[in-house]
Amino acid sequence: MSDYRIQGATGEWEVVIGLEVHAQVTSKAKLFSGASTAFGAEPNTQVALVDAAFPGMLPVPNEECLRQAVRTGMAINAEINAWSRFDRKNYFYADLPQGYQISQLYHPIVGEGEIEVDLESGATKTIGIERIHLEQDAGKLMHDQHPSFSYVDLNRTGVALMEIVSRADMRSPEEAGAYVRKLRSILRYVGSCDGNMEQGSMRADVNVSVRKPGDALGTRTETKNVNSVRFIMAVIEHEARRQVDLIEDGGIVVQETRLYDPDRNETRSLRSKEDAHDYRYFPDPDLLPVELSDAFLAECRASLPELPDAKRARYEGELGLSAYNASVLTAEVETARWFEALLASPGKPDAQRASNWVTSELFGALNRLGKGIEESPVTPAQGGELIGLIADGTLSGTLAKQVFEIMLETGEDPGAIVEARGLKQTSDTGAIEAVIAEVLANNPNQLEQYRGGKEALFGFFVGQTMKAMQGKANPAVVNELLKKALG
Amino acid sequence: MSVDEAKVRHIAKLARLAVTDEEVRALAPELSNILGWVEQLGEVNVEGVAPMTAVIPNILRLREDIVTEGDRRDAVLANAPVAEHGFFAVPKVIE
Amino acid sequence: MAELTEFGVAAIRDGVKGGTFSAREAAEAYIAAMEAGRALNAYVVETPDHALAAADAADAARVSGDLKPLSGVPLGIKDLFCTEGVQTTAGSRMLEGYKPVYESTVSGNLFAAGAGMLGKLNMDEFAMGSSNETSAFGNVLSPWRRNDGGNVALTPGGSSGGSASAVSARLAPGVTGTDTGGSIRQPAAFTGITGIKPTYGRCSRWGVVAFASSLDQAGPMARDVRDCAILLEAMAGFDAKDATSLDLPVPNWEALLSSDIRGKRIGIPKEYRIDGVPAEIDAAWEQGIAWLRDAGAEIVEVSLPHTKYALPAYYIIAPAEASSNLARYDGVRYGLRVQPAQGGLNDMYEATRAAGFGAEVKRRIMIGTYVLSAGFYDAYFNQAQKVRALIARDFEQAFAQVDLLLTPTAPSAAFGLGEKLADPIAMYLNDVFAVPASLAGLPAISVPAGLDGQGLPLGLQIIGRPLDEQGVLNAALAFEERAGFTHRAEAWW
Ligand SMILES: [Mg+2]
Ligand SMILES: [Zn+2]
Repeated sequence: MSDYRIQGATGEWEVVIGLEVHAQVTSKAKLFSGASTAFGAEPNTQVALVDAAFPGMLPVPNEECLRQAVRTGMAINAEINAWSRFDRKNYFYADLPQGYQISQLYHPIVGEGEIEVDLESGATKTIGIERIHLEQDAGKLMHDQHPSFSYVDLNRTGVALMEIVSRADMRSPEEAGAYVRKLRSILRYVGSCDGNMEQGSMRADVNVSVRKPGDALGTRTETKNVNSVRFIMAVIEHEARRQVDLIEDGGIVVQETRLYDPDRNETRSLRSKEDAHDYRYFPDPDLLPVELSDAFLAECRASLPELPDAKRARYEGELGLSAYNASVLTAEVETARWFEALLASPGKPDAQRASNWVTSELFGALNRLGKGIEESPVTPAQGGELIGLIADGTLSGTLAKQVFEIMLETGEDPGAIVEARGLKQTSDTGAIEAVIAEVLANNPNQLEQYRGGKEALFGFFVGQTMKAMQGKANPAVVNELLKKALG
Repeated sequence: MSVDEAKVRHIAKLARLAVTDEEVRALAPELSNILGWVEQLGEVNVEGVAPMTAVIPNILRLREDIVTEGDRRDAVLANAPVAEHGFFAVPKVIE
Repeated sequence: MAELTEFGVAAIRDGVKGGTFSAREAAEAYIAAMEAGRALNAYVVETPDHALAAADAADAARVSGDLKPLSGVPLGIKDLFCTEGVQTTAGSRMLEGYKPVYESTVSGNLFAAGAGMLGKLNMDEFAMGSSNETSAFGNVLSPWRRNDGGNVALTPGGSSGGSASAVSARLAPGVTGTDTGGSIRQPAAFTGITGIKPTYGRCSRWGVVAFASSLDQAGPMARDVRDCAILLEAMAGFDAKDATSLDLPVPNWEALLSSDIRGKRIGIPKEYRIDGVPAEIDAAWEQGIAWLRDAGAEIVEVSLPHTKYALPAYYIIAPAEASSNLARYDGVRYGLRVQPAQGGLNDMYEATRAAGFGAEVKRRIMIGTYVLSAGFYDAYFNQAQKVRALIARDFEQAFAQVDLLLTPTAPSAAFGLGEKLADPIAMYLNDVFAVPASLAGLPAISVPAGLDGQGLPLGLQIIGRPLDEQGVLNAALAFEERAGFTHRAEAWW
């Protein structure tokens, strides 16, 4: 249970949040036409005749879009409806050529499911999913190109969206943020949405209401098309505060659609769409019911990758990684891919050693360079080789750091670097004994004090010896030989 | 179901049809009449009957996920009442 | 040699093939007739060049020996079919001047089979009407007149009124029509010609301006059964661009035509005997029954209990679908735009649609919007779809006992223009016998049965099982042979 509360003049208020996430389905062509979905094309160059709703044009569903919705449903353990159908949601708007959006009200393709999210407290919470339905995206309006016209670009019109409707199970901005991040992670693992929020591939309608703890649900507002996790959390904070102030000033919250303005960090009422709230849904007579065969469903299931929760459990259980490492290595599909490539590399590095190296050394370096793991200058194979050189004692920790830095700059293989720069660590007892003899000779006082019982000076001799050998001596061997020499 | 003039105006608004006062006056009784007539369907016992989905038994065929159309902006805009710079143009919308 | 306009589809095809006359001669004869027949207002656009080009191609093909099924046959195309580069209006102001950049699958099929286009045929606006009086481009006149010498202008029926008038007046050997609730069969009956609506899904709807998607079907209208079979064969076929198209091979309907219907069981639905229908309709029906019995068919009375609910169900479902299908006419991408000064987007929508749509279209959009609006969906639309399922079940049960059904096509002969405009429901009742087969998606044909006392044609309807166009055509042929309908409207235009 979240203890997130809004402090009002009349006491504490609880926030109730539900999200409708619109996720663009990854597909080459649109939901009902053969036009491309590629991002950033010239206006109206990716428009099929049916997208522009020319008279007599008809929709034919894209199998891949159905497949991706089903796979997504399976990934959140949702019930899959083998019988579903498309309905028409009727309303007039300049970005909607048909005068209706083809969507699924009565029989969505995916039913109830759930997603488990992790909170900073370390606790986990299950957020219910009510449904996932497929629908068409609308076109794009540009209002600032002409004094008296808005311009219409239909490239996005008809692109497939999954509307993923959560239950009103979230109670704080943190929970909502964690939910969206987890959902995004799952979609990217499944490959059904690229999760690119900057390009609008994921947008959320944020439903917020407030109530005194224990009271019945309050009236909610819906803030449309919020396109980043940060903004979603900001909308919740702002909208909850606004509603509390409104109520405490004797006002009432009206159920309405609102718009978020990131520059002003405020939401405002979106009256323009209010009047047409009678959508007159009915089954689209241009389309027959969607009936999915067992073979189709089986193929969808078989094609699912290992998902973040399962992967994390396996990393902890089978690979024995720390909970922390397991969770950071599985949060993003690219990270997990990189890590698993590392484990599979020729050196077959030990999983725990590898996970520590990735989460400390590699992540540290990438942070400094401001790079994502998919653009890492060091390949998994090179990482594996480096870890191998540490394991077999060729490199000490200090040397390994030096070598890694050179790898990041030059992209060279660690072995080559060690050879070329002679950075090998030595266990040659003869050489080490000679240096030790020298060190003892050069520090008679310390030697005397040590022999006099000041054992703490042992470290001093180790340091001197390592220094004299520029860190290339094997620390274990040095310890052993020093003990002998100091008798 | 008798349809009053307010209802006629509301439906006309939903349907985006501008209606004159006399059209409204004419439509109210007309629609009441027609709706009254179709309401005889209420008599039919449809206990356990599923609404018709496909007139002739048929399976919905799906398309492959390949790009087959596009790059014909001129054709798409050819019949537009107002088109500028490759866009359709509509009276400015204030959101 | 007789006037070439005396030749129908098969006769022209065979004449061109046999070299009795050239395709160009045939095309020119029909172009002349089309121009001479302008008083009927059957065509909204004339495309003689298209017809002549196809004719020349046919004449060349004859020489090179690769004639196609319809080589040299000039046809009229209902203005509901989108024709590439040729104005397509669906009989509406809204689409005046609209030139599609695509060709409808059905018209494309006909042209690919060698046919040419004489022009686009007038029709009720968006196919909503039963008298062609809702067209934005004027009434179509029936070539027929009552024998009382009164010269009252009669309706050719609708919505395929231009199609019916053109075939009946010999302004085309054959034409396309569309049938949502009787729009092929009722005009065929009113004008003494033959027209068939195939099983829903036989003809692609792609490129046909939509009225009510779950009911719309294209079909041919011509002078006789054989010509209809020939045209339907060319029009029909699976189309991946229409998700409701039937993925089945097109039978050789013409080759398999046979008037031998001995042993066929033909049902007479008792619910089709309704009050207020003129005695002459019943007489024609009885005569038809006698002819089919004479042809060796067994006549069986059957019951279709939900018949009386078909029309009300239709007038919920069709307007509901239409209200949504016609939302795209918003003045943005094509067609009419009316922009009130200082008006916003919604003012533009409302003004455009108020000016672009006629009274009947508005009426149906209003009904459709109403029955789908909040709180009414279950009481109206869903109830209607359940009743529709019961109507389809009635037919299924009847077809367990019989092979075909014989009924009147319309409850009256052609009426005078204006006679029914005042009363929408009276107008809707024209389709009382046609609508049930439409709701069930069944193949149905109207064939001329004779003349009534006023000298006006009456038609009878033969309804078949899903996909049994052959059975329907064969029975119609047997009927045709016995009816020997040779009456003609004499050319007063
Ligand atoms: Mg929403
Ligand atoms: Zn949505």
